[in-house]
Amino acid sequence: MSKSNIVSHLKQKKITEVLSTGKRMDGRNFEDFRELTIKRGVLAKSEGSAEVWLGKTHIMVGVKVGTGTPFEDTPNEGVLMCNAEFTPIAHPSWEPGPPNENSIELARVVDRGLRSAEVLDTNVLNIIGGKLVHIVFVDLYVLNYDGNLIDACSAGAIAALIGAKKPVYTVENGEAKRTEEKVPLTIRKKPIAISIVKIGNNLILDPTTDEEDVMDARLTITTDENNNICTMQKSGSEGLTLDEIKKCINMAQAKAPEIRAKAIGD
Amino acid sequence: MSKKPTTKKTAVRKPARSKKTVAWKRSDGRAFDELRNLKIESGVLPNADGSAYIEMGRNKIICGVFGPREMHPKHQAKPNEAVLRCRYHMAPFSVDPRRSPAPSRRDQEISMVMRSALEPAVFLERYPRASIDVYIEVLEADGGTRCASINAAAVALVDAGIPMRDLVAACATGKIEDKLILDLGDYEDKKGQSDMPVAYMPKLNKVTLLQMDGIMSTKEAEEAINLAIEGCKKIYEVQREALKKKYGIDQNQVKPEKEFQPEEVEEEPQSEEGHQ
Repeated sequence: MSKSNIVSHLKQKKITEVLSTGKRMDGRNFEDFRELTIKRGVLAKSEGSAEVWLGKTHIMVGVKVGTGTPFEDTPNEGVLMCNAEFTPIAHPSWEPGPPNENSIELARVVDRGLRSAEVLDTNVLNIIGGKLVHIVFVDLYVLNYDGNLIDACSAGAIAALIGAKKPVYTVENGEAKRTEEKVPLTIRKKPIAISIVKIGNNLILDPTTDEEDVMDARLTITTDENNNICTMQKSGSEGLTLDEIKKCINMAQAKAPEIRAKAIGD
Repeated sequence: MSKKPTTKKTAVRKPARSKKTVAWKRSDGRAFDELRNLKIESGVLPNADGSAYIEMGRNKIICGVFGPREMHPKHQAKPNEAVLRCRYHMAPFSVDPRRSPAPSRRDQEISMVMRSALEPAVFLERYPRASIDVYIEVLEADGGTRCASINAAAVALVDAGIPMRDLVAACATGKIEDKLILDLGDYEDKKGQSDMPVAYMPKLNKVTLLQMDGIMSTKEAEEAINLAIEGCKKIYEVQREALKKKYGIDQNQVKPEKEFQPEEVEEEPQSEEGHQ
């Protein structure tokens, strides 16, 4: 929500002051996440689901596997689609209506992370080449907003996909038929997004709403388990120096394994 | 993409590379750190407060800036600073096949990242309650439209007379066949392994846009950012040239100033006559 809310000078001053002492408003260190809880398989009707709590941020992720026609340029590949919904129950300033730029950014950054890391083998999602393929929808539903949606959603998306199953189709005479059988999706990589927020000269992880309101810039870095970078996205109204970017990459790589372990679960 | 880029007036070219890198050529014959042809012109739209036209490779993009002006609708105005609004839009005929003129999710995201790429350069706090509108129309797309759009928008903002901390230059780097390359064309964008658009303010030494898709190691990512910054510095010079062409003074053409003469007795009665 890059500076979209006008924050009182007092709050802005207080947050910066507290940061200069090396701590944050809620007593955390700069690199600390709030308590992260991920529950998998919470919804019976969806093919895969996960519920994420990150402090007071609360997200529901549902995976639905449907069918559809493939894209013209990739006739034998299934499709992975990511969509984010900002429900009006999540925050007093959120209203019902078409998706705003923040929800589009959230969906696209999570989507790019999954796509770049090639989480799903799109070739096995093919049913009838050129005609019918599986389409995997990942819907991110924000139920309560208290900052750091991208990190929470990216962890939730991986958690939901790990447990997701796809229905099996049989093809006879060019006709596809859905069977009762379901097989798990193969998850090849587990990319995790970590957002680093810059306030003044401080770089912090897992910002709350207040911290996001006063932030100067944010850099989201998605890394896979080999520490390769899959996606980067900078937002916010200030620039970053090269040194800060390098520092951010290191912070993201250091933090991602801990969050990934939570997302994978047992 | 097999066409060799033709040299234009403002083409940016680099001298030949070391032997090792010369052997590997890109699909359009460029060296790995060579930009496409770049042409920027400022002040192309008579009705806009500021405007710019850019050709970057085969991208053709026109940008108009309106403002600072009264914000409409009013409730979007900020009491402490101006609001920079960007709208990135692709013409239906800019790509093959035709695309719908309705804004897509991609367009909206690009509009957003463009805004945060340009915002750090503009003194927004000088115009409370106002809006500054940046409209981008992509007439022909050839990969890297968001970077080309930012290059045009920065020039158009200056053309509109809006006070700025620095220009913003942007270009992409990417990886194809495990090699890093600068300024991806359409083919390299689609076939490459990764793509990283970067916007940079050369004087303030700050990166204002950074996105990435595809897989890169930490080392590659750092090298890619550095490569992009070098590209941005070259683009920055072309942006400056475009502005100088319109606003600059050719030192050879400047006549020496006349010395100030406080009293010219003969002219006085004439001017008083004019008043009566």
